[in-house]
Amino acid sequence: MRLAFAAGTFVGLLAPAVGFFLVQRRMSLIGDGIGHVAFAGVAAGYLLGISPVGTALVAAVFGAVAIEWLRARHRTAGDQALALLFYTGIAGGVVMISAAGALNANLFTFLFGSILTVTNGDLVLVAALGAAGLGLIGVLYRALLATALDEEGARVSGVPVGALNVVLAALTAVTIAVSMRIVGILLIAALMVLPVIAASRVAWSVRSTIFLAMAIGLGSVYIGLTTSYYADLAPGGVIVLVAAGSFVVAQAASALLQRRS
Amino acid sequence: MSFAYPGGPEVLHEVDLAVEPGEFVAIAGPNGGGKTTLLRVALGLEQPTRGSAALFGEPAARFSRRARIGYLAQRARLGIDAPVSVRELVSTGRVSRRGLFGLLTAGDRAIVEESIERVGLSAHASAVLARLSGGQQQRAFIGKALAAQPDLLVLDEPTAGVDVDAQEALAALLEELRRDLSVTILFASHEFGAVERFVDRLVLVRGAIVFDGDPAALPTTWHDPSHVHS
Repeated sequence: MRLAFAAGTFVGLLAPAVGFFLVQRRMSLIGDGIGHVAFAGVAAGYLLGISPVGTALVAAVFGAVAIEWLRARHRTAGDQALALLFYTGIAGGVVMISAAGALNANLFTFLFGSILTVTNGDLVLVAALGAAGLGLIGVLYRALLATALDEEGARVSGVPVGALNVVLAALTAVTIAVSMRIVGILLIAALMVLPVIAASRVAWSVRSTIFLAMAIGLGSVYIGLTTSYYADLAPGGVIVLVAAGSFVVAQAASALLQRRS
Repeated sequence: MSFAYPGGPEVLHEVDLAVEPGEFVAIAGPNGGGKTTLLRVALGLEQPTRGSAALFGEPAARFSRRARIGYLAQRARLGIDAPVSVRELVSTGRVSRRGLFGLLTAGDRAIVEESIERVGLSAHASAVLARLSGGQQQRAFIGKALAAQPDLLVLDEPTAGVDVDAQEALAALLEELRRDLSVTILFASHEFGAVERFVDRLVLVRGAIVFDGDPAALPTTWHDPSHVHS
C-alpha cells in the first residue's frame, strides 16, 4: 500500500500536468489511443517473458511518435491516425496475450490498476520517469504554452513547434507507462483530462489551472487508493470516479461564483 | 514571385515587392485578393511556386533569426479554453528571444510589463483575456508580438471586428512604434480607417500588385480598396 501511495504521488502530479497541454490542444483522446498501444506492449512483455512495464513504455513511445508523425505530415487526419493505432494496438495486444496464454486475472491489474502488485522496481521506474517528466514540463513550460496559445505565431517566431509536438506525445506515452500499475491502461487518459477540465472551471490563469489540476489529480489518487484498499475495489475506477466528482464540484462552484459576481 | 495552392489556380501572379527598414506599408485589397497569402509567403510559411521570397536578405523559408519578427495572424485568438491572463499571453512572446529552455529573467519580465504598458493594458495585466473586449484582446496579441522586440511587425487584418475607438488606438500605437523604435510594419487589411493617414506606402493586391505608392496618389476610383474593380 505504501508503495502504491508513493508511486501514485508521481502519477497524480504528472498526469494532469501533461494532460493540460493535451486538453488545450484538443488532443484529449490521444491518451486513450496510446493506452491501447501500451496494451500491445504489455502483451508483448508476456509473450517474450520480460517486464511488461518496459515493453509497454517502448510501445507507447513508438505509438505516440507514430501518431504525431502521421498527423504532422497530413498523411492522415488526426482522428484517423488515432483510430488506426487504437484498433491495431488493442487487436495486436489481444492476439499476443492469447498466444502467451495470459488471458487471466493478472492482466486486469494492468487494465484497471492494482494496489498490491506495485513492486520496489516499479516505484523506482515511476519515480525516475515521473520526476523527469515533471522536470521537462517545467523547463519547456513557456514554449509549450506559446505553441498551445498561438501555434502559427509560435512557428513564425522560430519556436520548433513540430519537435515540441513530438515531445508532448512522448511525454504522454511515458505518463501512460508509469501510471498503468496504479490507474490502469484503460483509465489513465481520464486522469490526464478530468482534473484539467475541472480546474479550468474555477481557475484564473494558466498557472493556477495547472497547479489546481495537479492538486485534483493528487487528491483523486490518494482518495481513490484509500477507498479501493478498504472497499477492495479496482483503484483505477475509483480514482477516475473521484476525479469526475471533482468536475461536478468545480462546475457547481463556478456557477455559484458567477451568480455572486 | 507567383504562388498557387496545390491543384488550385494562381493566387498571386508575378508579385515584385521590396520593403525597406523602418517603412510602414499597408497591403490593401478585396477579401480573397491574396493579401494573407502574400504575407504567408513573405514570412516563409508558404513557398512560392515561381520566384523567391527573402527576409532580411535570407531565403524566407530558411530564415533563422525569427525573433526579429512579430506576427499577428488573421483573427488571432487563443488556441486554448483555459483562462489565460494578459501577462501570461504577452510573456510567451519572449520565448523566441530566450530559446526553448531559457527561463525568463528579471529583464524579460520588465520587457513584458513594458509591452503591456505600451498597448495600454497595464490595468488589465492580470485579467483573464477572454473577459476583455475584442479590441483589448487584439492589443494583448500585439503586446505579445512586441515582447519579442521585433524589427519587423506583420499584422494581418488587425482591425477586423474591433470598434472605431480601438482602431484609433491601434493606429496611434503603430505610429508610436515606428517613430520610437523604428519598427518596420506590414499591415494587411481590406479597410484601413484611422491607420491610413500614417502609412508611407500603399500596396493594392488583387491577384497581382495593381498599385504601389503613396496612398495620396491612389487613383480616386480605387480609393476604397475593399471594392473589387473591373
